[in-house]
Amino acid sequence: MSEQKKTPLCDEHIKLGARMVDFAGWYMPVQYIGLREEHNNVRNNVGLFDVSHMGEIRFKGPKALATLEWLTTNEVTKLNDGEAQYSLLPNDKGGLVDDIIVYCVKKDADYMVCVNASNKDKDFAWMTLNNKGASIIDESSEWAQIAVQGPKALTLVDRVLANNASSMKSFTFVIGKFKGATVVTATTGYTGEKGCEIFIKTAEAPALWQALLEQGKDLGVQAIGLGARDTLRTEMKYSLYGHEIDDVKNPYAAGLGWVIKPSNKDFMGKKQILADKEKGLNQLLVGFKMLDKGIPRQGYELFDKNDQNIGKVTSGTVSPTLDEPIGIAYIATQHATEGSEFFVDIRGRKVKAKVCKTPFIQK
Amino acid sequence: MATYHIPEDYYYSKDHEWAQVDENIVTVGITEFAQQALGEIVYVELPEEGQKVNQGEPFGVVESVKAVSDLYAPVSGTVIEVNMSLTDDPSVLNDNPMNDGWLIRIEMDSEKELANLMRSPDYKKLIAEAK
Repeated sequence: MSEQKKTPLCDEHIKLGARMVDFAGWYMPVQYIGLREEHNNVRNNVGLFDVSHMGEIRFKGPKALATLEWLTTNEVTKLNDGEAQYSLLPNDKGGLVDDIIVYCVKKDADYMVCVNASNKDKDFAWMTLNNKGASIIDESSEWAQIAVQGPKALTLVDRVLANNASSMKSFTFVIGKFKGATVVTATTGYTGEKGCEIFIKTAEAPALWQALLEQGKDLGVQAIGLGARDTLRTEMKYSLYGHEIDDVKNPYAAGLGWVIKPSNKDFMGKKQILADKEKGLNQLLVGFKMLDKGIPRQGYELFDKNDQNIGKVTSGTVSPTLDEPIGIAYIATQHATEGSEFFVDIRGRKVKAKVCKTPFIQK
Repeated sequence: MATYHIPEDYYYSKDHEWAQVDENIVTVGITEFAQQALGEIVYVELPEEGQKVNQGEPFGVVESVKAVSDLYAPVSGTVIEVNMSLTDDPSVLNDNPMNDGWLIRIEMDSEKELANLMRSPDYKKLIAEAK
């Protein structure tokens, strides 16, 4: 057993009175003042998330682009310096090793890939195993990462970093300085709100965290735990590895076809991913709401009116924004249309539910 | 550190339920410690009147935004009353778990089972260690 890892912001969380839990081997804040309050603060004001547990893997050298093109499903060649893209890291069996963001630092020469904490070692091993000649470096231990999310997020970041983040397009980034340390500010996020994710070298991370809290007081800034991070992404129907996507589920079934570019490039696992799609996908990922009382949770089974099993819940919660239960599930394709009614087995009780439009909230 | 209201005349289970005994009738709830650990409670599922419950076994669930948690019966017996107001307003469990947030009343099968529960000094020790 490896020891539980701590981010450079661990002491800050304890100072703020966070409830700490184990997450993917990391000692992380799940909640500071209350999940709903934190959630709403991101929707209405601005929230800070410590996402330093996420991995950063660098691809350098003349073969960096070719290697990334082979390893990922989206078109890395489309990226210019300072641009980022959401992408997938497929395996060779039709499923996914991870979902990722690729940052182009210098076209054809230098890329950063941000990966899930829980998958980092697996991703790095997979990338290295299937390397096409790039220099692949795991820089995860050098970087801390702070997500600043919410309608007032970029106002706050403008104050603290003076890099004019509020004028940046979505999915772009700039490299700047904070107290002499390199900071990468990327207009990306996992909440559906405006905002950015800031990469900073670990030593200076606490100072940046403190500056964001201090200078955001009048904006209502609040530290946000993993609990609200999950409800925020669920309201947007953003995939979470281990829930909506994993090493066997087809990414087209997950609704991620928009980042898969088979007609423009070849990539790892392409044949398997396409074969499943061309055969016709048995199940599709949908959002749903409950018509009767009950809260759906991951793993609960779905049934049709003839008591046939037709799918399974991947994520479920009570939406703090809507104040009602919401769920995401794989459901048999013929039931996957909006308005289609079915039952969720909640601890032996079959509770009526209905496929609905997603995201659950309109941004 | 928060201080909890832990009445001396109640019994407590290791699952953080309290039991208030009035002859053979036992009123059951969750402790303030449990309430705080669960976070905002959004759903409560309770048994029907007349249902049998067994000591240490689940009789219902409470759900926070994040998770589902079982409720365990502190004693065996028959459910004679259910606090239906909680189904409409589960937040009472957060606001007042020791009084208005009571869950069920059980007609206890055997007083002997109370020996398996804790009194307040031992329960205080348990939550001090749980921190």
